[in-house]
Amino acid sequence: MSEQEYLKDITEIKNLMQRSSRFISLSGLSGIFAGIYAIIGAAVAYWLVAQSGRDYLILDGVVFRLIVLDLALIALFSVLTAIFITTKKAKKEGVKVWDASSRRLIINFLIPLVSGGLYILIILTQQKYGQTGALMLIFYGLALINASKYSIGHIRYLGFVEIVLGLIAALYPGYGFWLWVIGFGVMHIIYGSLMYLHEKR
Amino acid sequence: MGIIENINKLFDHRIRLGIMSVLMVNEDADFNQLKELLDVTDGNLASHLKALENAAYITIEKSFIGRKPNTRYSATKLGKIEFKKHIDALEKLIKK
Repeated sequence: MSEQEYLKDITEIKNLMQRSSRFISLSGLSGIFAGIYAIIGAAVAYWLVAQSGRDYLILDGVVFRLIVLDLALIALFSVLTAIFITTKKAKKEGVKVWDASSRRLIINFLIPLVSGGLYILIILTQQKYGQTGALMLIFYGLALINASKYSIGHIRYLGFVEIVLGLIAALYPGYGFWLWVIGFGVMHIIYGSLMYLHEKR
Repeated sequence: MGIIENINKLFDHRIRLGIMSVLMVNEDADFNQLKELLDVTDGNLASHLKALENAAYITIEKSFIGRKPNTRYSATKLGKIEFKKHIDALEKLIKK
């Protein structure tokens, strides 16, 4: 075997190691951040509702609009952080972020998530908002499980946890808020920390 | 020269090299994940996995997810040590 071939072997090894493990690291640190944003956002929402003097929401009220904005900001910051961390890491390792495998992962993640998001918006306009927290958890769980087929990591298990929490929230709508905090806040931090420790090892 | 001795004949193939690369950085991987990452046919992948298993470089764990059989592969301690040696030898050969 020539030197050229040895070099090709080394390149192939590095390439496969990165390709097969990139999304584990995506979910580590960015998971922790997503969890923190969710808890901050939930605290803001809690404060907004407490401030309004009612313990329920009116669909066209100012408080409701602020909460929708709050949710949008949580999602935006989580996505931006994930993109930032992944691109930084990819640049350091000299790999492309946007390749066929990451494209497939994101598309399959978005299919259940966007369907669920649209469904929630539709039923909100029909005044049915008791199940919003439960539906967000369930559709997010389904999105994770669907995406897990295209990444080597353990987001599949996080997906199952989110679905179970969503179903519990559906049974007890009164606890929807707290289950949402557990699902999007606490679980992300736990999962992210586990993955982060796993990467460090 | 110790370097040449450390070049492992068993890793002298793109697919076996690929399988080990994936299993070095992942606790385990199933058949389909490997197939997708390495872009090989079922039969081809299976025969190379068998070769690595016979050398005790990887272990196979068979289970069922529902009714579908699921086979997970992971690198053994021996496999990791041997692969590390192989990479070191390759790197030294290039630097020479």
